[in-house]
Amino acid sequence: MKKPNNLRDWLSQWDAGAFNFTDMSFRLPRAQKPEAYTDRAWERELLPEIEQKELRAYQRLYPVLAALLCTVIIVFLLLTVAALPAFGSDSVPTINEVTRRYLEHGLSETGAVNAVAGMILDYRAFDTLGESHVLFTAVAAVLVLLLSAKERPEPRALADITRADPILRATARVIVPAAILYGIYVIFNGHLGPGGGFSGGAVIGGALILYAIAFGFEKLEKVLNLRIYRIVVACALCFYSAAKCYSFYCGANHLETIFRTGTPGAIFSAGLILPLNIAVGIVVACTMYGFYSLFQRGRI
Amino acid sequence: MMPMEYLEVILLGLLVICGVCTCLSRNLLVSLVIFMAYSLIMSVVWALLMAPDLAVTEAAVGAGISSVLLFLTLKKIRDIREAAKHEKTE
Repeated sequence: MKKPNNLRDWLSQWDAGAFNFTDMSFRLPRAQKPEAYTDRAWERELLPEIEQKELRAYQRLYPVLAALLCTVIIVFLLLTVAALPAFGSDSVPTINEVTRRYLEHGLSETGAVNAVAGMILDYRAFDTLGESHVLFTAVAAVLVLLLSAKERPEPRALADITRADPILRATARVIVPAAILYGIYVIFNGHLGPGGGFSGGAVIGGALILYAIAFGFEKLEKVLNLRIYRIVVACALCFYSAAKCYSFYCGANHLETIFRTGTPGAIFSAGLILPLNIAVGIVVACTMYGFYSLFQRGRI
Repeated sequence: MMPMEYLEVILLGLLVICGVCTCLSRNLLVSLVIFMAYSLIMSVVWALLMAPDLAVTEAAVGAGISSVLLFLTLKKIRDIREAAKHEKTE
């Protein structure tokens, strides 16, 4: 007999999977709660008397302490809210010369009608570059952890069960093209209205995940596999870095850039914001789908 | 009060209810579905607070992708539990 893993047993003792993925149904017996607590045979066998008592006391103490901690945090947050200045009053510390500059000169300096896009991709583009790299690093870490080198048989995948579902397939057939189109619209419209690279990319990533759930990975694999993912994301990040290097170089030396701000409101305006939005959108969409794919079956 | 303010109060009340239910639900899958509903309500609240950028992102990331990832995590936990059961019977 192998050495028992107490932590894992304790974790799995709590209800973790009342939803049965094999036949997509809830299989929750009525008397589940007492059962989960009374099933302590392994505990009696494996743990000495003192540890049993400690575990039981911990299980009794835990909800009380959790409730207490929650109450303390809630009280402090409510006190903070009560101490905040009134909405829109001019004594708010965030309304300073930075905000004034953004609102008064933002349109003429960045050419973006959407002030938020002008901020995150022009004034604070360096932050957004860091965010993109954080996402990329996260997916690289997930790749290291979950990517299985050898070709293993597909686990009992969610897609195998859901692929047979006619309702899901019909719905996905209607929604996926619309969602991808909407995501593209949000990316391309980022400098004119609400949206931008991150939200549009997330919408596209969600649509790709829905497609993979409904129709399986095989068709998507032709368009987006690990090799293509690496090339596309690396190119997008390099383009972003190069473009921002260029504009930092020009801006710091007071040189004219070749990227004009253009007419505010036109689709080709606002200088670098549109291409940067596209680059961020590509990275985010691929990363979101990559997370799903890696979690589901261990490869992209 | 304006009609929109009533809507805001209703939505904020639903947010509190969803948040409490997420914590108190015994079944983790039910918690996840309620958490998804929380994100959806939150995205409407962002839109009402005139932050459409956040509304789009919240709907896509909060209600969509993070929920899918949490569902997959739940499935993995279940697999681990089954493996543990298997190990015990051996």
